[in-house]
Amino acid sequence: MSDIIKNGRIQADDWSVLRLAEGDQAATVALPAGRVIVPLAVWQARRDELRAKAEAGVLGVWLAGDEDPAQVAGDLSVLPVIAVDFPKFADGRGYSIATLLRTRLGYGGELRAIGDVLRDQFFFLVRCGFSVLQPREGKYSAAQLRAALDSLQDFSEPYQGAVDRPEPLFRRQPRNPLRKEAA
Amino acid sequence: MYQYDEYDQRIVDERVAQFADQTRRYLAGELSEDEFRPLRLQNGLYIQRHAPMLRIAVPYGNLNSKQLRTLGHIARTYDRGYGHITTRQNIQFNWPRLEDVPEILDLLARVQMHAIQTSGNCIRNVTSDPFAGVAADEHVDPRPWCEILRQWSTFHPEFAFLPRKFKIAVNGAKEDRAVIQIHDIGLDLVRNAAGELGFRVLVGGGLGRTPIIGEEVAAFVPWQQILNYCEAILRVYNLHGRRDNAYKARIKILVKALGVPEFARQVEEEFAHLKDGPSTLTQAEIERVASRFNDPVLSPLEQDAGYRARLAEDKAFAAWARRNVREHRVQGYASVVLSLKPYGVAPGDLSAEQFDAVADLADRYAFGEVRSTHEQNIVLASVREADLVALWQDARAIGLATPNIGLLTDIISCPGGDFCALANAKSIPIANAIQDRFDDLDYLFDIGDIEINISGCMNACGHHHVGHIGILGVDKNGEEFYQVTIGGRQGNDAALGKVIGPSFAAAEMPDVITSLIDNYIDNRQDGERFIDTVRRVGVESFKTRVYAERSARQEAKEAAHV
Repeated sequence: MSDIIKNGRIQADDWSVLRLAEGDQAATVALPAGRVIVPLAVWQARRDELRAKAEAGVLGVWLAGDEDPAQVAGDLSVLPVIAVDFPKFADGRGYSIATLLRTRLGYGGELRAIGDVLRDQFFFLVRCGFSVLQPREGKYSAAQLRAALDSLQDFSEPYQGAVDRPEPLFRRQPRNPLRKEAA
Repeated sequence: MYQYDEYDQRIVDERVAQFADQTRRYLAGELSEDEFRPLRLQNGLYIQRHAPMLRIAVPYGNLNSKQLRTLGHIARTYDRGYGHITTRQNIQFNWPRLEDVPEILDLLARVQMHAIQTSGNCIRNVTSDPFAGVAADEHVDPRPWCEILRQWSTFHPEFAFLPRKFKIAVNGAKEDRAVIQIHDIGLDLVRNAAGELGFRVLVGGGLGRTPIIGEEVAAFVPWQQILNYCEAILRVYNLHGRRDNAYKARIKILVKALGVPEFARQVEEEFAHLKDGPSTLTQAEIERVASRFNDPVLSPLEQDAGYRARLAEDKAFAAWARRNVREHRVQGYASVVLSLKPYGVAPGDLSAEQFDAVADLADRYAFGEVRSTHEQNIVLASVREADLVALWQDARAIGLATPNIGLLTDIISCPGGDFCALANAKSIPIANAIQDRFDDLDYLFDIGDIEINISGCMNACGHHHVGHIGILGVDKNGEEFYQVTIGGRQGNDAALGKVIGPSFAAAEMPDVITSLIDNYIDNRQDGERFIDTVRRVGVESFKTRVYAERSARQEAKEAAHV
């Protein structure tokens, strides 16, 4: 069990993430007991079998950077959790995937960043609609994770609209023209 | 120029605090080298050959005198007494200590400056015409649009970790001085048949290892939609640009792989969802941003008789006026280019004293503002004709009045192997050796308009592909050699130069340029510039001349040793 940041708070987490090892088949891989987030391929291969678990709130799906979120468009009301994997923190595809899930597809459930999730990306991740940030197990000590919460407030009034604040600054706040002084 | 409001200032202040904390954690060992790298790069901080290099953003080249004095102070206090203007209008310092960078950023924030996104795989500083707002051939002032794009792209959460760097340039004049065709997105302000304002959008230009001229993906995007359209482009790129190979990760490679029609189709599909969304611009927002530029209000003045008289009687002044003074759209005013290409200095370098002195010139003659240029010079946008003589004398006193703008010695050069860890070869000594060879001003005037661009490696920071003569540093078995291209050009008819043949040793370069110039002089027709002659007679004639004269030199040398 590891600690995650959920909606701006640190809490313990009992979801496990299933990753296919070499030789594992999506259609036959054994699922761990308890709450589990499975790869898209597993969900697609065994949707009928897994649907009840998803509806019961104990099974979610994760997307890799090259997987189109439209592939789960029909499952959004069933899935309690969708995770997006960051194989490397510098791989920014997940930000667009999250944005599409929230804005284009209207997903309202838990959206979780998994993989190489670092505190210096927290601000951007939350802006793109992630509600849960799950750094790799052991990446941060409890004290470091607490300190990392500050990163969520790095910028108080960002310029552009994003998932968290859809309107850009010029629509959110009155910004003043410059009063011309006589030349 | 643009004056920050409280929100602009707060974002920059918050960035200073954020980066100070990131640097502290790095120095304390909490952040690994790999984790810190993109964070420091997104603050313009490279680890270079000798020391970190800090690149400071100069949004679309606009600077005021207070900022110049701060840059002078930084050069004096944290560097070795100078700074360098880059081909993307930014300013680099080559010697700051990492530990000092948070303090430098704090000093910058106090004068509305920063180093945000001057490097890294994100949207970089937006560049534009250094004569924006004053050029006689301008139809729309690009600066408010640049500022709107700057704000939109600053810490854009979705586009902070793109496959590769991303550069945007905006042009609003008849002659493109922003080189929009070699940018990831080139925006051309245009009007449609109904007279409405919008943008012609080019995508996929860029130099580097795979130089490509950008292609049009939209003939007209209404101005209200430009952020939505850019977001669509960036999203397609972020999701589908290659991430397996840094050399194939720029958007130009994606555009080439998909083909322009398919790329444009994907962008249109994305744009259809974003059109008229919250990022749609309003007239009020454009007017607000434009109002914050606080431009001087200029009324036409009588043409200045003293200026004209001096032109007739003072040859040195007239030479400077001919090369370094440009037409202004208001009568009685002119724009002036201060040359950062005197003999024996690295192109684009300014000393701490010169930063201060340029600030004084700006205050005295140019309403307190200057612009940095893509050609690595400084522009005073609005100067009264009546002040030109005094300005010339003052600029001369500080070594910034070399009358060589657009001439052979006005060389664009990257810092090269003297400073840059990426370079294969030195650039600055080559520029200086060429300047030494062509030290006769009358001959330079006779040669006329010509652009020589030098890059120390194929990353092409010196934009060698689009120089009339391009020089590229290459490594040959551990030795520095130089490959020469001719026929490249920037502007409306941007084109990539062609390689003339095998590369040359550093010591040969002045002779090579001499052969190229001699061939031009022998072949040119009336009024023809170097580039026009190259286009008319073809590369072959120049190539033959260069290598024949090279062989002759080598034979003469061998004969002398017999």
